Amino acid sequence: MVLQSTWFFLWGLLWAIFFITDGFDFGVGTLYPFLGKNDTDKRTMIAAIGPLWDGNEVWLITAGGVTFAAFPKVYAVMFSSLYTPLMLILFALIIRGVSFEFRDQIKSPAWTRVWDTAIFVGSFVPALLFGVAFANIFMGIPFNGDGVYEGTLLTLLNPYGLAGGVLFVLLFTLHGALWLCIRTDGDLQQRTIRTARILWPVLVVAAVTFLGASWFATDLYNNYLAQPALFLVIVFTVIALLAIRIFIAREAWFKAWFASCATIFGATFYGIVGLFPNLFPSSLDAAFSLSAFTDSSSPLTLKIMLGVVLIFIPLVIGYQVWAYSVFSHKVTEEDFYAH
Amino acid sequence: MDVVLLSRLQFAAATMFHFLFVPLTLGLSVLVAMMETRYAKTGDETWLRMTRFFGKLFLINVALGVVTGITLEFQFGTNWSRYSEYVGDIFGSLLAIEATAAFFLESTFIGIWIFGWKKLSARAHANVMWLVALAGSLSSVWILIANAWMQHPVGYVIRNGRAELADFMAVATQKYALLEISHTLSAAYLYSAFVVMGISAYHLLKKQNVELFTRAFRLALIFGVISAAVVAISGDMHGVNVTHTQPAKLAAMESHWETTTRAPSFILAIPDEKNERNLIEFGRIPGLLSFLGKHDFNAEIIGLNDIPKDERPPVLITSLAFRAMVGSATLMIFLTFWAFIKRNKLLESPKLLTAIVFAIPLPLLTIEAGWVLTEVGRQPWIVYGLMKTSQAASPIASVQVLGSLIGFVVVYSILGVAGFWLMIKHARTGPEPAREASV
Repeated sequence: MVLQSTWFFLWGLLWAIFFITDGFDFGVGTLYPFLGKNDTDKRTMIAAIGPLWDGNEVWLITAGGVTFAAFPKVYAVMFSSLYTPLMLILFALIIRGVSFEFRDQIKSPAWTRVWDTAIFVGSFVPALLFGVAFANIFMGIPFNGDGVYEGTLLTLLNPYGLAGGVLFVLLFTLHGALWLCIRTDGDLQQRTIRTARILWPVLVVAAVTFLGASWFATDLYNNYLAQPALFLVIVFTVIALLAIRIFIAREAWFKAWFASCATIFGATFYGIVGLFPNLFPSSLDAAFSLSAFTDSSSPLTLKIMLGVVLIFIPLVIGYQVWAYSVFSHKVTEEDFYAH
Repeated sequence: MDVVLLSRLQFAAATMFHFLFVPLTLGLSVLVAMMETRYAKTGDETWLRMTRFFGKLFLINVALGVVTGITLEFQFGTNWSRYSEYVGDIFGSLLAIEATAAFFLESTFIGIWIFGWKKLSARAHANVMWLVALAGSLSSVWILIANAWMQHPVGYVIRNGRAELADFMAVATQKYALLEISHTLSAAYLYSAFVVMGISAYHLLKKQNVELFTRAFRLALIFGVISAAVVAISGDMHGVNVTHTQPAKLAAMESHWETTTRAPSFILAIPDEKNERNLIEFGRIPGLLSFLGKHDFNAEIIGLNDIPKDERPPVLITSLAFRAMVGSATLMIFLTFWAFIKRNKLLESPKLLTAIVFAIPLPLLTIEAGWVLTEVGRQPWIVYGLMKTSQAASPIASVQVLGSLIGFVVVYSILGVAGFWLMIKHARTGPEPAREASV
């Protein structure tokens, strides 16, 4: 029980770290066509995330891999039920990844335009679809006792799912804007600041709407009502969200960005805490839901993987923090992607 | 078409595309790290220009290799959910270890290498590439351990209706895995040696940047000679091991139907699978199969006819892949040997240089054929002797898989063309002129 619960929250933690790290890459990519007025702006934006996005994306691979290792049945049913959205996310991530590398290889406006579009699509689509997917998981997915999905492609595109998508896009876009504030100056930074100021109240509205809609659309609050101390997770998230605005007003960009990290962390755990012990609830019958207690790997595998994670994840965080510190200065032309 | 076939096609397309780039990154990172270390030690700008030239080639490859790797991990869940559920306790852990212990390191430090030229000292920057190289190879080690477990499952018990881990060390250190690792990694290194030698030969033929490309050629050659030796030795040992662990694969490799002692090999054999015999047999070498399989010309080798029909791999593909692999590998070993003899008079050996330029696609053919042999030769099993491929697919609508398969083919074709075009263009242009490289 303890081992399985530990793994449940580790699973949530890995998703949260993925959303925090690659989230601002998605945000910068989403803002890219709107804030990148000229080639210098665009190359500045790419250089702002260029050294970091690749390492950030591995948190997704790790979140997926850990789902596979610790909860094989969840991995199997989750990934096959969400087949088409996952494939769309994969295609988006593929074109995003190569576009950073390919864009500046050929000096031709048509070539550049193709990869500029790819950067936007490859960033916006995953942000949206991860939101849609997780909101649907909060609601429950129509799969039966044999792990067979009984919905259609359009089942996931319900109002609550779409609200989740919009919320994620806004969270990540603001997150990306704040990272850009750290790494840019001059005109680009001023425009980014204005964007962040507009995005914040919109995000607040979306977050409140989503919290309210969750009351009607999901069973997330059952855990909170049974254990009212858990409401502190929501309180923490709300405080973090308010802190973003305070730090924006003070133009304290690092603090604003950290507050945004805390907001995304809180938002993820708001869902994770509500789901516990289910990882992938079924909307057809609660008995079909996949839970940490009934659908985990063997104790031996869970123990070995716990050892692996406890050794390597702190190490990874260590060298990634170092990488962030090397690449947190204001971007200049010297930092542009060039060989 | 059914979900199983479509999913197999999709996985094959995704793996083979991934494998066009990844093996090159494995060896190229080592070579680039060597070049940059020389620069850091000597301060000689030729090494720096060489590092940047081959480094760029490496990065185009990495971009394509990395992005196509994620789809492989996710396809186990999307397309092979029954398999994932059954073996995740073991197989899933190996993939998760790969991500946390190796892939993080590689991805994080590649970013630092690309953008860190002015942030780090020359020596630190070179060390970053060594970390990338180490992490890349380490990553492939875990993936190959996972694949070896599918070929020869060990260290498990069947419990709770699935395969559960019983002995982690048995899984991680089994002989099949060690042989697969040494064979695949050395083949990947040989591939990159051939690419560096081929590009260098191209410029040497044109007498451009002679000093730089002579050094690059010789560096790659040493790397290639060592790799070629390991490829050959591990390949031989792997063959013997397969004879014991996967007799059906060995029989299909050689399209060997009747169990006999002193079993022959053929230079070319075209099987007639329906009538359980060979249509064409050409170039019979008596006892060679017995020797390859058991290191004894008189040993008995099990034929396909003694293996139940529903447990035989597709003979034609397996045997052709085996011949393509061995044939082109032999040619590469010969070319390596030739280059080694002429290593001190490269400019006076245009025939060698021309052959080396044209040999660039050869390692690609070899490793793709090797991968086809490994995977098709394991059929009809997804986990040898434990689970059949036909039982492993996800219970999903085939139209979804058809859609994603078309998507893969379209996206990968575009990326493949763009990627190879960029690499060829860069390879032909050559390094930056000497003075601009002094950053």
